[in-house]
Parts: sequence; structure tokens; C-alpha cells
Amino acid sequence: MSGELHVANLGKSYRQWGSEWRRVASWFAPSIAPREEHWVLKDVSFSIGPGEGVGIIGQNGAGKSTLLKLITGTVRPTQGIVQLGGRVAAILELGMGFNPDLTGRENSYHSAGLMGHSQADIKRAMPEIEAFAEIGEYFDQPMRTYSSGMLMRVAFSVATAFKPDLLIVDEALSVGDSYFQHKSFGRMRQFRDEGVSIMLVTHGLGDVRTLCDRVILLDKGRVLKDGLPDEVIDYYNALVAEKENAKLSIEQRREKNGWLLTKSGTGEARVKSLQLLDAVSGEELAVAHVGQAVELRLEATIYADLPRLVLGFMIRDKQGHVVWGTNTWHTRQIQDDVKSGEMVAFRLPFTCTLGPGSYSVSPALVSSDTHLINNYEWIDNLLVFDVINVERDFFIGTNWLDARFSITRQTEGRAQ
Amino acid sequence: MFGMLLGAWRYRYFIFSSIKNELRLRFIRSRLGGLWLILNPLAQVVIFAFVLSAVLSSKLPGIDNRYAYSIFLMAGILGWSLFLEIVNRCLTLFIDNGNILKKLVFPRIALPLIATGSASVNNALLLLAILAIFGVLGHVPGTALIWLPVMMVVNIALALGLGLALGVLNVFMRDIGQIVPVVLQFVFWFTPIVYTVEIIPKQYQGWLILNPLIPIITGYQRALLYNRPPDWTDLAIVALIATGLLAFALVLFRKASPEMVDQL
Repeated sequence: MSGELHVANLGKSYRQWGSEWRRVASWFAPSIAPREEHWVLKDVSFSIGPGEGVGIIGQNGAGKSTLLKLITGTVRPTQGIVQLGGRVAAILELGMGFNPDLTGRENSYHSAGLMGHSQADIKRAMPEIEAFAEIGEYFDQPMRTYSSGMLMRVAFSVATAFKPDLLIVDEALSVGDSYFQHKSFGRMRQFRDEGVSIMLVTHGLGDVRTLCDRVILLDKGRVLKDGLPDEVIDYYNALVAEKENAKLSIEQRREKNGWLLTKSGTGEARVKSLQLLDAVSGEELAVAHVGQAVELRLEATIYADLPRLVLGFMIRDKQGHVVWGTNTWHTRQIQDDVKSGEMVAFRLPFTCTLGPGSYSVSPALVSSDTHLINNYEWIDNLLVFDVINVERDFFIGTNWLDARFSITRQTEGRAQ
Repeated sequence: MFGMLLGAWRYRYFIFSSIKNELRLRFIRSRLGGLWLILNPLAQVVIFAFVLSAVLSSKLPGIDNRYAYSIFLMAGILGWSLFLEIVNRCLTLFIDNGNILKKLVFPRIALPLIATGSASVNNALLLLAILAIFGVLGHVPGTALIWLPVMMVVNIALALGLGLALGVLNVFMRDIGQIVPVVLQFVFWFTPIVYTVEIIPKQYQGWLILNPLIPIITGYQRALLYNRPPDWTDLAIVALIATGLLAFALVLFRKASPEMVDQL
């Protein structure tokens, strides 16, 4: 079926032959074996169904790019198989094969030709390409006069001019101005709605959340985790912290309300309690009103002498997008020399200007502005609360802005 | 092998448009544009004619045009420049296009085909220019000119076979890219392009059979200058060698393809 991808037992090794003549000889006599093999990807198996959006994440050197190259076919696998159904478009790098002396239009012809389209097809798609790139007169100017953003516009426009069954995108897309980023994102989303499968490699975890139903985490050339986006992304965040702090554990479980709780850290400081309270009455809340004065209260127990303690909060919406977040490092309220056995209470009063919906609070007890140096405890989605709109006029979105329309009317004067 | 040719056929439009673009690009940036294509080899002819005509002009029997030596030079250079351009371009073809090979899927055979096509077009333009100059110098080539395409085809096959094999190996052993230009200089001087075969002492002439370019180049000279068909036996042998070399290069290319990208 179209748009399907099956990867079974895929592996890639780079070979050392000792002498290049041995390599050449091996093409003609298969019995000659390489001296050394270095595996960058091993035993990778997964499938993508038609219309599915899958993100690939992982640290540098995890084998993401190699995996993409194996799937698109520029690099041949050492073992295993890749089965593809339908037409595949791969954007591993934008602007490949562009010549600065040719115009945007000529380069578009050339580039689309390189993707294997016939002249007639390209000719038909050309008005679309030109319109989507939105660079006006420049489309018929030599590309050396382009800004890098304009180049990317043309490149993306050509690369996605022909609707594929499977679209493979490397992290090339975080270029260009934000208007075009939105536009290109919109096109990818439109593809998804039309049933195109998408495979996205990225560092931008936000992209993954919007475009993917599933995320695969690669680590050291193997599939470490394959599952729902929030689950894998939180695991990945915890994993990044683990790299830095050797003795750290990661635990993950899905709560009854559907939020995924991921806990990691050394445990030298632990969250004892986290509550959302009404700032006036001090009552604990599960539901807050838009505009209500509320307060987050966290108590931490300290199990070791710590030179520094920083608390960070992150509030996320149901899609996992961060709505707000900061920590006491940024607010210059770092606690120094915290002793074992101490109890530290943090209070954060604020006005709930969130829009109606479900939100989660993730606290982090760390020693600096990131959780990478000393992660004492980091818990994703520890507290979940809902916001409803009771007394304000109807609005949508995750933010309540104190905004009012001002309207004036005038009768149009007629010309004599 | 069949798949390779099929891939090239599917990409025929791309191959043609690439050749066209290359040609056009030469005209876009420089004022004299494509003229340089022709001026470069002709400058070479002028230099050799100027330096060597005193030595050699009297030794072209049977031709009474006083520009005989220049005409002889041009015929040889025409053949040589086609051979040289194809070999040189194929030599660094895969290294130059490394990034595209790593990131895009397309029939890789398209690259040498584009290089060969582009070199052939350049050479055809040079031929037209040379014919025009012949007219100015008062030399009208005879009917033997119709054999010239045969020489060209054999020349292209030989150059492509050699260039492709060297180009593939160059990916893995980069020294080849340095050695080949030096070797080509020797080949140039060991081929009767600026001199005639006759000036080589009799006892060494036997060695000339080892140079497969000689029947091709002399074929050019016969067709353009002496109005005689090529030496068919010699040319057939070279054609056979060229075909064998081309087949070997294609097998090598196919075998090396999977590993080539890993090395780029």
C-alpha cells in the first residue's frame, strides 16, 4: 500500500580494509573480508503505516541521519531490508544541486529533474512552485542575488511541489523567516491530512509534537523507545540528563488522567508535595477559573548537603507545548548551602491567565539553570489541573489577554 | 546493467537539461562566454605552430598548403581535447558531486553521461570553429570527413571507459587524482599530435602500438588533412579495447556504487 514503510533488522557498518586494494579485490572476490567493522546502526526494526506521522529523535551520533539515508536509498544497508510503498520524497538538505548562476526558475527545473520528474510534469507544477515560494520578481533572477531565506523558500517549494506518499524530512526546516516556517509547516500538515505518511528527524521537540503520532528514540544506533510523543520525548529529556549525571534513575508511568509522569534524578532532593491553591482562601484546587488568583506550593525534602538548589516550573498544555516556565536561577533566588534533612518550601502566587483547557505542572529540582549539571529530581506532569472560563467573555487559545475591542463607525463621505 | 540503462533513460530529461545548463552557464558569466571553449585549444594550436613550425613545416609530404602544419595540429588537438576533457571530468566526477550522491537518490550513471555529453558538445563546437578556420586558410577537407564521427565515437568510448574506471578508484584512492594528470601529459607527448609518426626513429616505432590513442588521432588527421579513411584494422582493435574497457568500468562502477557513498 502507498505510504507504507517497513524496516526490518536494518544495520549499517562502515568497513576498514587496511588497504584499498583489498577493498577493490573484494568487489570481485566476495570471500575477502574487511579488517574491521564499525556499526553505526544495528537491528533497527519498525513500520510506518499509511498516513502516519513518525518523529525520529536522538542525540548527535545516534544514527538518525544514517537511518534516513538508508531509507531513502543513498546509502545501502549492510544488513536488513527497507520496504517502501509508493512515491517517496526526501528532504535531507534543502537547495541541493542549485547553481548560483541560474535563475530560481531554471534551478527549479533542474532540481525537480534531479528528483526524477518529467519535463511535462515540472512545467505543470511550475506556477505552483513559483506561487508558493513567494519571492516575486526574484524567481527569474540568478540565485546568487538571493538571500539564504529566499533560497530556502524556492528549495522547499520545489521539494514539496509533488505530493508524495511518504515524506522524509531531516531537520533542514528550521530555516527561513518565521512566516515561511509557518507556511512550510502548514504544507506538511496539509500533506498529513491528505494521508501522506511523514517521517521527521528533528531536534525541535515542538515540531514532533505537532506533526507526529509516534516518536522513535534512537540511541547508539539502536531503537531505545518507540511510542507516543510525550512518553518518548520526556524519556529523552530524562536520558539527556542521565548522560550528565551518572547515578540517576528514570521511571515512567501513565496516570489515570492520561498524562504521562516521567521521573528522573539522583534523589538528593525530592518533591514532597506540590499543590495548586486558591491564593485567597488557601483551598486546594483541581479546577481554576480564568483570572483567578492562585498559587503553586511545593515542598522539597533534602537528603544530602547541596551547595545550591534551584527550583524550576514548567506549565504545559495538553499537546505538550510549554506555555510558561522559569526557575529560581533566572529569578536570582538560588538557595545556597542547603543541608541534608532540611525542608524547603516554595510558593509561587500568580493570576491564572491561562485559557480553558487542561494543563500540567512539571517541577525540577536542580543546581543550575538547566537540568544537565545536577538533576536532583525532575518530574514531568506531576500536577494536572483544568482551567475553565466562568466570568470572562468567550475566547479561545491557551492565553487570556486583557484585551478589549474599540470600535468606531463613520459614514463614508460621497465625492461630488 | 539493464537497470542502470533504464535509470538513465528515465532521467533522460534531466541529463539533457544538465548538459544544456552547463553550456549556457559558460555564456552567462563571462563576456566572451562560450568562445573560451574554442579559444583555449586554438591558443594551444597557435603556440605549437609558432614554436614548432620552423622545425616541422617542411616535413608534411603531399600537402602544399603553407599552413599545413597548423592544420595538422588542429586535427590532432581536436581529438586530444575530447579525450582529455572526458577523462579529466570523469576522474573527479564522484568526488565533486559527493554531497548530491549522499543526499539524493538518482541513477548515478547520469553523472558520467552528463560529463560525456557536455564534453562532446564542446568538442562539436570546436570542430565547427576549426572547419571555419580551415576555410580561411584555404584548406577544404574532402569526403573522408564523413569518417570523423566514427573516430569520435571510438574516442568517447575509450575516454569514458578509462575515465570512469579511474574516477571510481579515485574515490577510494585519492592519489589517482594527482597521478593521472601527470600521466596524461606523457600520453600527449607520446602521441603524434604535434609531430608526425615519421619523425620517430624506425627502431622505436614498434612501441607505438601500445598507445591506443594513436589510431584515433591519426584517423582524425587522415580525415581532416589527407582526405583518407582511417586505418580500419588499427581502429577496430582500438574500438575493441575501448569496448572492453568501458564494460570493465561499468562493472567496476556497479560493484563500487554501494561503498562509494560511504567514502565520500
